[in-house]
Amino acid sequence: MWKWDYVYSLLPELMSAFRVTLTATLCGFLVASLLGLALAVAYRSRFAAVRMTVRSFVEFVRSTPLLVQVFFLYYSLPMLTPFSLSAFTTGVIGLGLHYSTYMSEVYRSGIDAVPRGQWEAASALNLTKAKTWLKVILPQAIPPVIPVMGNYLIVIFKETPILSAITLVELLLTAKNAASVSYRVFEPYTIVGVLFLLVSLVLSALVRAVETRLNGRFVQR
Amino acid sequence: MNPVWSDMLPLLLEGTKITVEVTVLSAVVSLVMAVVAGLCRVSSYALVRGIARVYVDFFRACSLLVLLFWIYFALPFVGIELPKMTAAVLAIGLNYGAYGSEIVRSAILAVPSGQREAALALNLTRTQRMWRVIIPQAVVRMLPPFGNLLIEQLKSTSLVYFITLTDLCYQATILRNNFYPWTPQIFGLLLVIYFILSACITVTIRLLERKYAAWR
Repeated sequence: MWKWDYVYSLLPELMSAFRVTLTATLCGFLVASLLGLALAVAYRSRFAAVRMTVRSFVEFVRSTPLLVQVFFLYYSLPMLTPFSLSAFTTGVIGLGLHYSTYMSEVYRSGIDAVPRGQWEAASALNLTKAKTWLKVILPQAIPPVIPVMGNYLIVIFKETPILSAITLVELLLTAKNAASVSYRVFEPYTIVGVLFLLVSLVLSALVRAVETRLNGRFVQR
Repeated sequence: MNPVWSDMLPLLLEGTKITVEVTVLSAVVSLVMAVVAGLCRVSSYALVRGIARVYVDFFRACSLLVLLFWIYFALPFVGIELPKMTAAVLAIGLNYGAYGSEIVRSAILAVPSGQREAALALNLTRTQRMWRVIIPQAVVRMLPPFGNLLIEQLKSTSLVYFITLTDLCYQATILRNNFYPWTPQIFGLLLVIYFILSACITVTIRLLERKYAAWR
């Protein structure tokens, strides 16, 4: 039933595919973190139009499936604009856009948790807008939400197989290709499943450890 | 309006039906799993808590698409062959049940302990305390997070496209093969349909919330 020598022959290919999965995860997470921060700051804009735009963007992106968004980006953009992107870039942008909306909520909760007095003190000191954000607000808003961001890193990692739909050769598509050559499906899919389980479990243990350490730091004050 | 829409809409309507069907069926599975696992997580028996914990941790760590592939493509190799619909409902339901159980657990723990003590002082039995005092109060807290989870679940049904269940997403890719120059409009329309479906969930949850929070 379970053939070990077949498993060994699969491993090198799966490992290099695993690297693609990890790279896509990290790049997607990076885009989501930066764009999410931009959205969260824009949400605090004093212009109602900006706030409304951010809000509708977040609502819309959060209400529609990543798979369809990725399809739209990959297949429609080249027809609407002169740009066409590789599967990897599209995947990273898709993941980044989708999870930036989730990430913006995370930042928002961090920013809302900064006491009002800090804003007032910054304006009393006549700090510029940029300085207020960079030196006063964000250094207090971001560290407490790092564990939640870590959870989204895990979520993004678990979503990367969706990118196989736009022909990004990551773990799942590699397993699928291997299966279509050998007609043996059980081993490749099981290995991929186990790999995803292991990495997610390890990552979530890490996130929990960071959370405990941070809690110790923030509660004591 | 271009004449092509009349060709597209019936197919998309068909897909919408399947998408709604998968969402509703898997929501039922996940709700049952969430309540059962959530209650087990607050059980006084360590063994029951442990089993629930393993279920929750396992399915939360799983990648849904990989799980779906495994259930649909790999399980037949060990003699378990499931129809597409069953495989999809099972994978999505079990996966989201694990997330839902956390909502149930935290909502139950969030009921003030005075309520528990009062129920105890009134000499209510264990079951009465749970079903008459704790759960009715916990349900109100569960509604908004369950609404969000249901939207996530609706979005996740798009993954059944991968096992060629003819949902919205699948129908759209078929349409795209037939009307290639219309690709942007087809996928754009698809996004809008999903948005409308999500909005329906949001509105329903708001109405329920208003109804059940009336006593507060």
